[in-house]
Amino acid sequence: MSASVPSSTARSPLGSFTADAFAAHLASLDGAPAWWLERKRAAYERFAALPLPARTDEAWRFSSLQGLTLDGFHVGTPAEATQADDRIPDLPAALARPDLAFTNNHLSARATTPRPAGVVVSTLTEAAASHPELLKAHFMAQPQKLGSEKFAALHAAFVRDGAFVYVPRGVELAGPIVIHHRVTGPATAIFPHTLVIAEENAKATVIDLFYADARLSLPGTAAALPHFACGANDLYAAHGAQLTYVGAQAWSYETLSLQLNSTVVRRDARVQSLNLHLGGRQSRHESLSQLQAPGALSEMLALTVADGSQEFDQRTLQIHQAPDTKSDLLYKNSLRQTAKTIFSGLIVVDPDAQRTDAYQSNRNLMLSEEAEANSLPGLEIQANDVRCTHGATSSRIDPEQEFYLQARGIPREAADKLLTFGFFEEVLNRLTDDELHAALRALIETQFE
Amino acid sequence: MSSLVIQDLHVTIGEKPIVKGLSLTINSGEVHAIMGPNGTGKSTLAKVIAGHPDYTVTGGDVLLDGESLLAKEADERARAGVFVAFQYPSEIPGVSIANFLRAAQQARMAEGEELDATAYYKRLYAKMDMLKIDRKFTSRSVNEGFSGGEKKRCEILQMAMLEPKFALMDETDSGLDIDALRIVADGVNTLRGPNLGVLMITHYQRLLNYIVPDFVHVMYDGRIVKSGDKTLALELEAKGYDWVKKELVTA
Repeated sequence: MSASVPSSTARSPLGSFTADAFAAHLASLDGAPAWWLERKRAAYERFAALPLPARTDEAWRFSSLQGLTLDGFHVGTPAEATQADDRIPDLPAALARPDLAFTNNHLSARATTPRPAGVVVSTLTEAAASHPELLKAHFMAQPQKLGSEKFAALHAAFVRDGAFVYVPRGVELAGPIVIHHRVTGPATAIFPHTLVIAEENAKATVIDLFYADARLSLPGTAAALPHFACGANDLYAAHGAQLTYVGAQAWSYETLSLQLNSTVVRRDARVQSLNLHLGGRQSRHESLSQLQAPGALSEMLALTVADGSQEFDQRTLQIHQAPDTKSDLLYKNSLRQTAKTIFSGLIVVDPDAQRTDAYQSNRNLMLSEEAEANSLPGLEIQANDVRCTHGATSSRIDPEQEFYLQARGIPREAADKLLTFGFFEEVLNRLTDDELHAALRALIETQFE
Repeated sequence: MSSLVIQDLHVTIGEKPIVKGLSLTINSGEVHAIMGPNGTGKSTLAKVIAGHPDYTVTGGDVLLDGESLLAKEADERARAGVFVAFQYPSEIPGVSIANFLRAAQQARMAEGEELDATAYYKRLYAKMDMLKIDRKFTSRSVNEGFSGGEKKRCEILQMAMLEPKFALMDETDSGLDIDALRIVADGVNTLRGPNLGVLMITHYQRLLNYIVPDFVHVMYDGRIVKSGDKTLALELEAKGYDWVKKELVTA
């Protein structure tokens, strides 16, 4: 019996990103190096050749494919970015002063923070001129293993600019590097990019904040602006490096968002990444951690506040490619109303990756009867001396805890909010920077106003 | 001057009657103790007055200053001035004591009114000093990983901050060693005064050595069967609960 495949005629495989649109994009790039243009052309060919995800794709199981349309958008232009402002109302101080701010993929503001010699906090276009070898070696260099080959190609084809952070050997940065990615104008498509390279024993914290104009100042009222965001952030931690990365996503509630992360962890290096998901109509986040040498540690954290009819789709892969490596994943989602989440996580242990220590946990707090949390944890272990644990739970507010708070005079709604924040705290507590912790908490608050 | 009046209260869990016609009046400034053997409905009494959803009131009423509490949600009762110190307080991971108490204070303010954080912390620290509680306590998650003594002190701190009209203390002495018991009793004695009515629910007499009650009631099989002054507690201690049971049978 042949399964009936839902008609996908409504979704064209190129959508708004036609050959003409690509040609116009290329024509708008001034002074880009030939190798960069060449890569973009190759990426566009891959994008055009690949089909949109189909119902039969395991990597897209449970995802709403109907909402995954590329039609009706246009590539963001500098003209729309003229009202660029490097500050957003109500943004917590720790996030309010960006080192680099991009509006519709164009640099719109930058701070001149004094940094130790050799530290680079620049744009991709600047890096293409100043550090071409580094960019060639690291830009979109990791494999796409989680289902979004087509979107990765689309990103590489249309990315105009983004952040390039390079921390040389032995340099430890005190404060975080903050990067804003802002989208403005109706039906705008943007391709935010952040590449972080931490060399041997370097130490840094990098924060990406993704937002649409009205999203933070007027929660719930920015719903009218549909956007398309197709971003990538790649992290590279060399021998002994310590990298903390925070990605805070606060797109408009009408945004289709795809964010692709790759993290490479070398010997004795540690990467901690925390992704906060607030905005978007449909948001997919793919995160790949490759533990490539002994002593490598990747801590993968995520918090999702799913509200209304939002869909958050998270796919993760922890690949242990060397012995004595460790990965620790904790993804927590809270779901209200008819929100939907998907977590699909896989731990892969290569045959010689003995003494791997891998942990994966997805916890869902169901705040509504109508919400839907899908969890697909997985293990693929080819070594024999490993410790791997994984688990997924979905639970409701504990009525005894709720009663206890009520018995102190706290109304039920406020009690549930307190308990929900308590649920998030396990993740936020992993951050060592208290100011950052408080800032992310404040950002989550905006979702509850 | 306030009063908490329990009138011929009947309570069931599911189909099972637990409290079977209990009446008791507590006025501001008074300390009452309810004693009784296990399974006699003492804890049910505290929880049902707090508004726990598992219990059903099938008859009678509970009045705070003449107004029935029974139709009110648990949070409304608390804001009206009823505080229950629980025997087994819930652990709330990720919610610090400071944030918890702040939310409880905020809930007592008018809509749109913002809590003065500086004044709040000043008051919190003053109460903690009074109860000899380390300030580091406030950043810990509510009751999470607390010892029995810490949990009870946390309850007393909440009571001190929320300044209820009536405090019902459910087996506050259970699971405490003598030092912890003394600390908790000191706390209650500190808070005792003309504006607070207290009902202590206990199985043992020993708590009453530290918090001396004005009235002692013996609860048995869902109702109060004997009332007296503090000497009743000593008599009970000497003769045991069987004495009450026998008296009931003879009666």
